[in-house]
Amino acid sequence: MNRLLLNKIILTLSTISALVGIGFLFWILITLTYKGVSSIQLSTFTNDLVEGGIRNLLVGQFTMALLATVVAVPIGVMAGIYLREYGGEKRMTMVIRNLSDIMTSAPSIVIGVFVFAFLVEPFGTFNGWAGSVALAIMMLPIIIGTTDNMLALVPKELREAGIALGGSKHKIVLQIVLKAAKVGVTTGILLSFARIIGETAPLLFTSANNQFFTMDMSGQFPSLTVSIYNLATYPDEASRELAWAASFILTAIVLFINLVGRYVTRNKH
Amino acid sequence: MTLKTIITSAVVASVTLTTIHAEDLKGRGASFPGPVYKAWTSDYYKATKNQVNYTPTGSGDGIKSIKKRMVDFSGSDKPLKPEALKKDKLFMFPSVVGSIVLSYNLEGIKDGELKLSREAIAGIFSGKITKWNDQAIAKQNAGLKLPNEDITVAVRADKSGTTFNFTYFLNKIDETIKVSKKPKWLASKVVAGKSNSGVSANIKQIKNSIGYIEYSYKMKLNLPAAQVENKEGKYINPTLKSFQDAAKYATWTPDNDFYAVIGDPAGATSYPIVAATFILLPEEKMETNKAVTKFIDWAYTNGDAAATELGYVPLPKETKEQIRNYWDAKKIK
Amino acid sequence: MGGRLFKDFSLVAATLSLFLLVGIFAILFSYAQTSMHEFGFDFLVIDQWEADEDDEGGVFGGFIPIIGTLLSTLIAMVIATPLAMGIAIFLTEIAHDKIIKPFSIAIELLAAIPSIIYGMWGLFYFAPIVQSVFGGNGVGLLTAGIVLAIMIIPFMAAITRDSMNTAPDVLKESAYAMGATKFEVIKDVVMPYSKGGIIGSVILALGRALGETMAVAFLIGSVMSIPDKITDPTTSIPVLLANNFAEAQDLELSSMYYLALILFIVSFALITVAKLYFIGKKK
Repeated sequence: MNRLLLNKIILTLSTISALVGIGFLFWILITLTYKGVSSIQLSTFTNDLVEGGIRNLLVGQFTMALLATVVAVPIGVMAGIYLREYGGEKRMTMVIRNLSDIMTSAPSIVIGVFVFAFLVEPFGTFNGWAGSVALAIMMLPIIIGTTDNMLALVPKELREAGIALGGSKHKIVLQIVLKAAKVGVTTGILLSFARIIGETAPLLFTSANNQFFTMDMSGQFPSLTVSIYNLATYPDEASRELAWAASFILTAIVLFINLVGRYVTRNKH
Repeated sequence: MTLKTIITSAVVASVTLTTIHAEDLKGRGASFPGPVYKAWTSDYYKATKNQVNYTPTGSGDGIKSIKKRMVDFSGSDKPLKPEALKKDKLFMFPSVVGSIVLSYNLEGIKDGELKLSREAIAGIFSGKITKWNDQAIAKQNAGLKLPNEDITVAVRADKSGTTFNFTYFLNKIDETIKVSKKPKWLASKVVAGKSNSGVSANIKQIKNSIGYIEYSYKMKLNLPAAQVENKEGKYINPTLKSFQDAAKYATWTPDNDFYAVIGDPAGATSYPIVAATFILLPEEKMETNKAVTKFIDWAYTNGDAAATELGYVPLPKETKEQIRNYWDAKKIK
Repeated sequence: MGGRLFKDFSLVAATLSLFLLVGIFAILFSYAQTSMHEFGFDFLVIDQWEADEDDEGGVFGGFIPIIGTLLSTLIAMVIATPLAMGIAIFLTEIAHDKIIKPFSIAIELLAAIPSIIYGMWGLFYFAPIVQSVFGGNGVGLLTAGIVLAIMIIPFMAAITRDSMNTAPDVLKESAYAMGATKFEVIKDVVMPYSKGGIIGSVILALGRALGETMAVAFLIGSVMSIPDKITDPTTSIPVLLANNFAEAQDLELSSMYYLALILFIVSFALITVAKLYFIGKKK
C-alpha cells in the first residue's frame, strides 16, 4: 500500500477515535444534565428520601466521605513522608511503595466484602462507620502515592538549605518540604475525595442505606450512590426522576472538585 | 467559623439527633409487601412520630438478616416451618395478603386481554414454550395477534418470597418445577432483576417479555397483566375482588405460628396466585418486639384502607384477633 | 525527641498499608475456608450456584460468573484498545497545541465520572440502541462490554499518551527530516520507546474492567447462565457479589468470599505485572 495513504488512514482513524471519545463524554453529560435538571425541584434538596428528596442522602454521603478523609489524609501523608524522606533505598520501602500503588487499583467491591467481614458481621448491623472505613481504605493508597510523588518533586537544594540552617529532620520535612509540595498534595487529596464521593460498591453492604435523616453512624446510614442504584431500578417515574436528579448532582459535584483540583495545580506551575 | 466550633457543633448535633431517633425500628426483607409497608410506615410516622425503617431487599435477605439478628424485624413471603422458627428462636405471623400477577410487554395487547392457561404458564416458565404464537397460548387467545417472537422471561436475581409463592403455584401444575426462592430457570431467554421493582422495570423495558410481580407494582406502573386460569378452569382477572375471594381459603392457626401457604386456592371466582406475607421477630428482643407489634397493631387497626388502595387484601378480623392473642401469649404485646 | 516520634509515626503509617493488604488477603482466605474445603479447585469449573431451600447448604461454583467476567472484559478490551491508542496518537502527534489541553481535560473528566452514572446512562440510553442493532434484550454481555469499554478508554488513553510522550523529540524530528510520515514516526520511533508503557496500560485497564461493579451490574442482566450468544445476559463476579452477598449465609456466603478472593488475586497479579514489568518500578 502507498505509505502516504496508509499514513492518512491511520491519522484519520486516530482523529475519529478522539472524536468518538469526546462524543461519549458529551452524550453522557448532555443526557444527564437534561434528565437531571428537568427532575430537580426545591423539594429534592429539602426532603429526605422517605419523602422523595435527597437531603439526608447528601448529608450521609458527605459525612462518610469526610470522615474517611479525616482518617486517610494524616495516615496517607505520613506514610508518603516516610517513603520519600526516611525510607531511602531500603527493600521494605520499595515493597510498600509498590504494594500501595497496586492497592489503588484493587476492585472496590472486594474492599466492601473485606470491611463487611470485620465491621458489619461482628456488630450485627450495617453501619456508617463501616462505610467510612471502606472509603478510607479506597482513599489511603491514592494519598500515599501523590504525597510520595509530590515530595519527590521538591528540589534537593531546599532540603540541603534546611540542613545548613541547622533544622532537625522532621522540622525540615514539615516546614520546608511539605510546604513546598502543599499544592500538589492538596490536589491529590481533592482528586481522591472526588473519587470516593462517587463510590457505590464499597458501600453496598457496609453502610447500606437509610431513607430517614440520621447522624447515628452505628446504624444503617444514608448513601446517595446506593440510593441511585436502588432508585434507578425502581420502575415508577418518580423514583427514576429522583435517580436522575441525584446522578446529576453527584456528577456535578465530582466534576467540580476535579476542575478545582486542576485549576489549583495549573495556577501553581 | 473555626474548625473547633465546626467539630463541636457536629458532635452536639449528632448526639442530639441520635437521642431523638433512639426508638427507630429497623426492618429488611420481602419486597412483595414493600409498597404497603412504605405506606404504613409513612402514615405511622405522621400519626405517632415513630420511625420504622423498612428496606425491601427480598425475602432471602430478610430471613438471613433476622437469623443473624441484624435487624429488629424482617419481612418474608415464604413462611418458615415451625421447626425452622424454633431452631432460630423466631416468632412469625402474617401481616397482609397480596397477589402475584403475570405482567407482559406485547405490542397492541392491552391489560387483561391475554388469557393464560395453567399449561401455558408452566410451559413458558419451564422453557417448553418459547414463542408467543405457540399453540398453547394461541388456543385461548383467538382474537389476539400474538407475535412470532421469542418470549423473554423476567425473573428475580435475588432469593425471593414472590418467587417461592409463584413456583409453589407452578409446582401445583407441573411437579417437575421445584418450589424455591431462587430456582434455576430453564426458559431459554431469561432476564433477572433485583426485587419486584427490578422485574417490573425489566418488563417495562423489554419487548415481548413476561414476568411475575406483586399486584401493586402492576397498578402503580400501569403494566398489563394476564387473566389466569384457576383451579376450576375459569379465567380470572387480577382484581381486588378476586383476591378477596381467594384469601378466604387461607387457614391460619397460632399453633404453628400461622404457617400457611395459600398457593392455588379453590373457588370458581378466586384468582389463583395469592400469598400472605409474614413478619419475623427475634424471640429474645422483648422491647423492640413490643415496638414492632405496636406498629403492626396500629396497621391492623388503621392500615386497611391504605392496603386495599394498593391492591392488598387486609387480613380477616378473626385472624387479626388471633394474632393479637398470639402476641399476648408470647408476651410481646 | 519530637523528631523520633514523627519518624516512628510515619513508619507506622507506611506499614499500615502493608498490613491492610495482607489483612484483606487473610480475611478473604479464612472466610472462604468452608467453601474451599467443600469444593476445592472444582469451584472453578462448577457451573451451578444453587442454595438449598433452608439456605444452609447447596452447590456453589464460580464457573459462570468467572466466564461472564472474562467475556465482558474481553469485549471491553477489544473495543477499547484501538480507540484508546487512537486517542493517544491524536493527542501526541496530531492535535494542535491549542486543543491538546482542553481535550486532555475532557478525557480525564470522562475518567472521573462515577461508574454508577455509566451504568444508569447505559441502561436507559445505550441498551435500547444495542437491542435495536444486535437484538436480544438490551441487557447482556455485549452492552456491558461496550459500556465497560467507554469507561476504561480514558484511563488507557491517558497512560498510553504519557508513555508516548517519553519518546525524545530529537529522534522524532530527525525521522521527519528524513521524510518519514507521521505514521512511520509513530511506528518506528515512538512505539519502541513506549511499548512497555502501552502494554502496561492495557493490562491496567484490564484489571480495572475485571473488578468493575456498578456499570456492569446495571447492564449484564444478572442471570446465572452461560451465554450462548454475545447479546445474552449472564453475570460476573462483582455483580454476583453486589446483588447477592448481603442475602447469602453459611456455605453460600463462604463461596462469595471465595469468589472475592479469586477476583482479588487475579487483579492483584495483573496489576503487579503491569506496574512492575511494563510501566516500570517506581523509584
